Amino acid sequence: MTTVETTAGAPAPAKRDFVARVRGRLDGKLIYMGELTGLAGQILRQMFRGPYERAAIISQLEQVGVRSMSIVAITSLFIGMVLALQTAYSLAEFGGKLFIGTVVSLSLVRELSPVLMSLMVGGRVGAGMAAEIGTMKVTEQIDALRALASNPVKKLVFPRVLATTVMFPLLTVISNAVGIFGGMVIAVGTLHLDANFYLRSVVQTVKYNDLASGIGKTFFFGFAIGLIACFNGLRTTGGADGVGRSTTMTVVQGAITVLILDFFLTKLFLFLF
Amino acid sequence: MTEPIMPSDRRAVTRETAERRTHPRDVFIEFREVHKAYGKKQVLRGANLQIYRGEVMVILGGSGTGKSVTIRHMLGLEIPDSGRVLVEDEDITDFPEEELYPVRMKFGMLFQSGALFDSMTVFENIAYPLREHTELSEEEITSAVKEKLELVSLPNTEKLMPVDLSGGMRKRVSLARSIVLDPKVILYDEPTTGLDPITSHKINEMITDLQAKLNVTSVVVTHDIQSAFSVGDRIAFLNEGVFEWVGSMQDARDSDHPLLREFLKSSAVMAAQPTR
Repeated sequence: MTTVETTAGAPAPAKRDFVARVRGRLDGKLIYMGELTGLAGQILRQMFRGPYERAAIISQLEQVGVRSMSIVAITSLFIGMVLALQTAYSLAEFGGKLFIGTVVSLSLVRELSPVLMSLMVGGRVGAGMAAEIGTMKVTEQIDALRALASNPVKKLVFPRVLATTVMFPLLTVISNAVGIFGGMVIAVGTLHLDANFYLRSVVQTVKYNDLASGIGKTFFFGFAIGLIACFNGLRTTGGADGVGRSTTMTVVQGAITVLILDFFLTKLFLFLF
Repeated sequence: MTEPIMPSDRRAVTRETAERRTHPRDVFIEFREVHKAYGKKQVLRGANLQIYRGEVMVILGGSGTGKSVTIRHMLGLEIPDSGRVLVEDEDITDFPEEELYPVRMKFGMLFQSGALFDSMTVFENIAYPLREHTELSEEEITSAVKEKLELVSLPNTEKLMPVDLSGGMRKRVSLARSIVLDPKVILYDEPTTGLDPITSHKINEMITDLQAKLNVTSVVVTHDIQSAFSVGDRIAFLNEGVFEWVGSMQDARDSDHPLLREFLKSSAVMAAQPTR
């Protein structure tokens, strides 16, 4: 009799476990987001207050920007070429050949260049940063920095996040140019359009607001990728295994963040311009 | 017959000097009821400790008892869940990161793995604190680095990268880096772990040597009894998150604290094993 009453009064253990587990996970995620936001705050404070580590910033600008140029150029060239082929094929019955310049340039400038460039460079740069900072963390180098009265945010995080934030838009400009050139290669070489005609339709189509929306988004992508990579690096624990986990997590989270941010930023920019 | 064979007390003379030098009430670092947990694992459970100026305090304890966590609290690298940490009578427990910098400048820390910056040469590693915190010219930095490298018996290694160094050398370079700003306290996190007996011996001598030359306070975290007895003035025995026993080396030998006795005995037996 007593047993029955006790069981009826308390929730079933399985259900309680489930609730506790969900709460535990939710708590973990909220703490993660809180700490991430905290780091973002520290980066912004560092940006407005200085002083800056000039050598570290320049080396990161090179690492993120200059060294990513070949991968940006190759991906953009082929995306531009594929886009031209697909447009000609799918719009063939509507006389699509004439719209190749319009479709290629608009798709590239507004959407494909910023997003695909951010995914490619984000993967390359984000993984590198997470692995580097993560290794420093597990080998106590971050603690050594702090013990030597240095600020790891100023020394390591800020130069990296600044580099991604500044370089992503610049790489997008290159990506736009190379992609449009790729489209022209196909338009002229395969579809026998006139190069002048192609370029004129590009110039007539793409307006400042298209450029602003496309390039503007990548400031946020760059900041997000740098932030996520450094944050995951700094919270790495557990040796080589931990570094691997941080790196993987950075690539996945970076890509998802870029795609989600892209939707909301596109909406915002459509509203603004 | 029943007396366990204890490691020899090679520092007796230096220790007497240290005791004369140390004012008994001049507390440099103090822990008051420090609690610290990582997730569900409670590491420190009300640790109390006083470290006097000028002494070599050895923190002894088994693996995973929170020895390293203790010295990380002294620098403010960890913040206690409850309790206070005082450095030179200043309560640093609630200091934000930036206010901890001047406190950390009083310390030099030798990390367990050395923690050298592996993107920098030996020279750049040792020069780092000077470039960060002083206005010294490059010439002055070069001579300071040279001097410290000689102090740790590693002359002419400036251009090497940390990957080119052996474990013992890495620790010595790290030691040079931690003393380059002339700290008041040197913290050693397991200075002899993972080193062969000869290198361990060298590191122990170096600690004693630095103590005499630099007139600092030292805190040595170790589970190596040989090392503890060759460098220490006092022992703090950490077990289950509290300092169960604190006292001089001599008292430690005579102590009837069962766990400490066990700890010392097992090591003495190990030391007395015949070697071929």
